[in-house]
Amino acid sequence: MTHILQQEVPLALYLLLSAVLFSLGIVGFLIKRNLITVFMSIELMLNAVNLSFVVFSHQWHAVKGQIFVFFVMMVAAAEAAVGLAIIIAVFRARATLAVDRIDLMKL
Amino acid sequence: MHLILFALFAALCLAGAVNLLFQTHPINSALSLIVVMTSLAVLYLLLGAEFLAAAQVIVYAGAIMVLFTFVVMLLNAGREERTLGSRAYWAVGFPAVAVLLAILATVVLHIQGLGSAAFGDSLSNQPGQTNLEQLSQVLFTNLLLPFEVTSVLILVAILGAVALARHTEPERTVGK
Repeated sequence: MTHILQQEVPLALYLLLSAVLFSLGIVGFLIKRNLITVFMSIELMLNAVNLSFVVFSHQWHAVKGQIFVFFVMMVAAAEAAVGLAIIIAVFRARATLAVDRIDLMKL
Repeated sequence: MHLILFALFAALCLAGAVNLLFQTHPINSALSLIVVMTSLAVLYLLLGAEFLAAAQVIVYAGAIMVLFTFVVMLLNAGREERTLGSRAYWAVGFPAVAVLLAILATVVLHIQGLGSAAFGDSLSNQPGQTNLEQLSQVLFTNLLLPFEVTSVLILVAILGAVALARHTEPERTVGK
């Protein structure tokens, strides 16, 4: 029992989790048909990248990786505010959130 | 202890991410994204990033996701429609994602010299130094200018959000 309590976790597992989360974010970006959910998938990808930053910061004992995550969080907050405002503006103009119906810029 | 916590919260994280994909209503997707972000905060804590764990809960799971749920409620977003357009993403997107995941996994599993994380790890070599001390020392000396510039970015983002989301109807009726 003490064996499992003292077990260390290889950092490769964390990186693998980060890779899987990033891929799930891409899949969500591809298959979701709602503008807000597509935006959420982007946030999921940002979070996956943040996790690998923290993992490498732990690996190299370098605090700059964590600071980078801090900046990513700030930029993500700004991006979410502007992005959601754009979504509201699009909804006002087109009265829909389905990405298939927002196709003015398509050829 | 580390292994148990990692397995538990990594599983929760993946379950939340998969649930995000399978839910058809945006509010359910938003709630599962909150689960993902909170479990990631626990993983940050396990990796010795206490400040980021707190910031993750406050900024991501708190502020950003509240904004998301607020917009979902405001726009009264209903159930997702079935797609009307092409299904090219089945043929192109999924193989591309599978290849990307395979490449990432191969690279990650072949990295030489990657260490492991134990319970109660911290970044610092000095015993008394906390993560927050270490982080703020670099942030407020070497990286002070980027930090201050970010506040300008946030200000511009607020102004942009207000300008974009504002009603423009009243201006049309001015001439009457």
